[in-house]
This record gives sequence, structure tokens and C-alpha cells, in this order.
Amino acid sequence: MFIKQLSVFVENKHGRLQAIIDKLSENGVNIRALSIADTTDFGILRMIADDNEKAKGVLADAGVISTSTDVIAVYIDDKTGGLAQVLKIVTDAGISIEYMYAFLGRKEGKALMVLKADNEPLAEKVLSENGIALANPDEL
Amino acid sequence: MAVWQPEYELMPREQIREDQSKKLRWQVERMYKTVELFRKRMDEKGLKPEDISGVDDLCKLPFSYKQDLRDYYPYGLFAVPMSEIRRVHASSGTTGKQIVVGYTDNDLEMWADCFARMLIAVGADENDFVHVGYGLGLFTGGFGAHDGAVRIGATAIPISAGNTQRQIQTMIDFGSTVLCCTPSYAMYLGEVIEEMGVKDQLKLKAGIFGAEPWTEEMRAQIEEKLGLKAYDIYGLSEIMGPGVSYECEYQCGMHVCEDNFIPEIIDPDTGEVLPEGSQGELVFTTITKEGFPLIRYRTRDICSLNYEQCKCGRTHVRMNKPQGRTDDMLIIRGVNVFPSQIEEVLLNVGGNVTPNYQIIVDRENNTDTFQVNVEMSEALFAEGMKGIEKTTKLISEKLRSTLGIGPKVNLVNPKSIERSEGKAKRVIDKRKLK
Ligand SMILES: [Zn+2]
Repeated sequence: MFIKQLSVFVENKHGRLQAIIDKLSENGVNIRALSIADTTDFGILRMIADDNEKAKGVLADAGVISTSTDVIAVYIDDKTGGLAQVLKIVTDAGISIEYMYAFLGRKEGKALMVLKADNEPLAEKVLSENGIALANPDEL
Repeated sequence: MAVWQPEYELMPREQIREDQSKKLRWQVERMYKTVELFRKRMDEKGLKPEDISGVDDLCKLPFSYKQDLRDYYPYGLFAVPMSEIRRVHASSGTTGKQIVVGYTDNDLEMWADCFARMLIAVGADENDFVHVGYGLGLFTGGFGAHDGAVRIGATAIPISAGNTQRQIQTMIDFGSTVLCCTPSYAMYLGEVIEEMGVKDQLKLKAGIFGAEPWTEEMRAQIEEKLGLKAYDIYGLSEIMGPGVSYECEYQCGMHVCEDNFIPEIIDPDTGEVLPEGSQGELVFTTITKEGFPLIRYRTRDICSLNYEQCKCGRTHVRMNKPQGRTDDMLIIRGVNVFPSQIEEVLLNVGGNVTPNYQIIVDRENNTDTFQVNVEMSEALFAEGMKGIEKTTKLISEKLRSTLGIGPKVNLVNPKSIERSEGKAKRVIDKRKLK
């Protein structure tokens, strides 16, 4: 089960990230998970919004570029070795992880991680086969 | 090889200098008497006409500027009574008030001869039909070409600009052999000729194109579409009009009519004359013009001069195609940078790069900082972090190798570069604000 992630272009300019977040919140978009990656020249804000399409529209109206990407959201046992177990399954299948980041909330002893692999369908398959729970879009 | 005025065009260089020195003395002396602004500037420098004995003293003379023509509009810089002015031309330019220039009988003769030299150099003679597609009016282009055609005894077709279908039909019916117009109009004519499928009915053999910048790629396209050889001509109304310099049959730089105009290349910042072959601002002194003469006029065009003897036998110096305008030129850490160079890199780098850019120059700790902002595109962003980084690295490298100085490339939001009247503001030089 894939969920939609929005990647947003962030100019390397003071206050740009703040402006983007403000714009989304003014328009009632709720951000459930986010991470920011930056180079010296620009940044990419990656986020899971409660309404991906709406978020994309709000940003487009504000002249901000964004693209949607499919990612998977993995439930991880909130205990020592929980993350390691997931990573081992994926790595053993020959899949590389491009990036991952955590959701803001947690739910009955589980942490929720966003995972972007170079081969998302395969990652989904091996994780499911190994009994790792993946989140549905409507659970977010 | 045909030459219109071999006595001038083939004159040995030592003699050119002598001839120029004599004419310069004459010009300085008469202008000191008749042109108030020139006299004032000479006096400010403590110079008298007798201090100028020849070309070697040219560098002592004061410069003149486009603004002078506006300040003394309309006739304040004319050097003869208006009864001796036979014709005026004017240009509005892209900014500001129009300027006006005037010609005596001798000036018009001289101009016709300069244009005639080019017509002869590109292989025209009395059997040719010269299609004058420049506007015939206050703009110098049309009358310059027309008078040149009449001077060599060719048949002039003063059709002026516009009405493309009729232009092409006239070319076919009248048998036009030499086309004179702007290069962009020639491109357009070529496209319409292609659509009409009438290329084989044309008798064009040469084209004389000027009055705006054009590239070698445009030359190749025009030559292909119109089936002619395309030549570059240079001129500006302040100095005369088209024919100040022109390409000969070898197309290797434009011969300056040095018996009438002395060119110099100077550093636009310091005003110093630069060593032979250097690139810098082109400055002209009109040494024979009577009605509207100018001493050391700053053209703001950037080019270089080549004094080597040309294969055609003409001894007159060749100027290369102007590389830009001083108005646009930036000097960053001592290196000349033109916005057009950056645009060219962005256009050629390929991929999903937009040519929407802005140059930002500043000064930190006494060193110039140089940043190029490039607008991000949806397509480039979709390439992801690695793709974007690869592209910006490529842009940086290409800019460094083209300019000789590396800017910091910064990606900005689409349409975020400030535009006024549809034109983007390409340069922000914060150094001037301090
Ligand atoms: Zn030549």
C-alpha cells in the first residue's frame, strides 16, 4: 500500500520554509510527517499531508513547485531492534533506501516511518511477506 | 576584385595615418569655432586646436556621448548653418527622447560612397537590382542603402519595410538581386518564401544586413533560406548610418571607412586607449563630416580591431561584430561579463534548464560576489535531488569556462525573477548602492 508524498522545492533564501508551512496551515492543510533535505543551493521539503491534492494545489497557487511521489509508511515496533529488523528485510532483498523519516504521532507501541526505496513495489512485497505492517492512506 | 574607391580603400597604412592627421586637424579647428559644447570641453581640458597635430594626439581630445545629442536637441551640435543642411535623420532608440542628425551635400556624397564600397565588395554593379527593405524615412537605413545603390549605377527598388507578401512578389517580378534589410526581417522573409515555395523564382545573390545584432547561426539560416550570401554592415546614425564599416567578400570582420572615421578601442571605465587587438568600447571620430561631426563618440559597442592586411587587399582596419554593449557589461573581479553570455550557456546546457536568470553582484570584504539565479522548472524539479545537483554543477562549470570566473548558481522559484513591462530584470548590481 503506497501513500502519497509531496516533494517541495525550497529556495535557498531566508524564510522560504516558513512561508511554505504558513501557506499550508492557512489553507487548512495538516502536515503529518516531514523532512527537509538541503544542499548549499536549494532544499527539498518532503512531507505527507492529510490531503495531498489540496496541498499540491495550495502550493501551485503560491508559485511553489512540488511533485508527488509514492512512498510506503511502515509500522515499526517501538523497541530496540525494531528499525533494524525492517532495514534487514529490505536490504536482504537487494533494495537501497534513498531516505526515511518519522511520522509526528505514534500509535499503540508502534512508530511510523516513511520509507523511500529505489524499488518501492519490491520493498512493499518483501515487507508484507515478512509480516511488517504498512499504513493505509486513510490511517494517516 | 572590384574596388569602388581604390585611392582610399587600398591606401598604404602610413599614408592613411597622414591623411587622417590632416583631416583631424581640420575638423578640430572648425569644430572649436562652431560647436559650443566641443569648445567648452576643450577649454576645460586646457586644450587649443593647435595642440592637436595628428592622430597621435587623438587620445587627448574629450569624449562625446549620446546624452550630448539629447541635451543639445535638436540642432545644438550642428557645425554648419542650417541652410547648408540638406537632410536630417532621426532615431528614437529604445529609451528616451529622439535624437536628430544632419548632413550637408558633401556628407551625403561621402555616405553614398561608403555604402557603394560595400555594394561593390559584395559583387554588385550597375546591372544589379538593389531591394531596399529598410524603412525609408527618418531611420538612416533606407536612404543609406538607396543612395549607395544609385551611386554605383544599380537599379534601386525603394520598397521600404513591411508587407512581406508584396516584398516577395516584387523580388520575383522586378528581379531583385541584392537585398538590404534587418537580419531578423531577412529571417522572416526566408520563412515566408519557404511557405510560398518560391525560392527558385528568386534571383537574390547577396544580402546586406545590419542595424541589429545577429549570430553566425542566423547567417547560415538566412543564406540557406534565401539562397544568397549574407554580409554584415555596421553603422549608427550619430556617426553616419549604415556603411561606417562593412564586410568584404571574405566575411572576416568589417572594414571601417578610415578615410572618414577613426576608430579607437578604449576601456569603458577609465577611458584609456587599449593596446591593439584588445576588446573594449568602440569610439569614433568623424574627420570629414561637416554637418554633424563628432569627436571621440562613445558608441557603447564592445568589439576589437584587427589591423592585419585583409585578403581582399583593402588596408582599412577590420572591426569584429560587437560582442555586447557597455550598458550591459559587468566587470566582476576584473573580468568582463555580459548577460548574453549567461543566457547562451543556459540555452545550450540542455535538459530542463530554463533561460530565466538573474545576475546578482555584490561586494563582501572588498571582493566581488557573483551569483546567478536560475528559475527552477517543474521538469527539472522532477529529476530529483541528484538530477538537480548534476544540472547545477554542469551550469556552474560551463559558466566558469565561458566567463573565466565562476558564479554561485542558485535555483529560485519559477516566475520569481522580477519583470517589468514583460522584460526580466537581468542584473542586480548591489555594489553601486554602497
Ligand atoms: Zn577585406
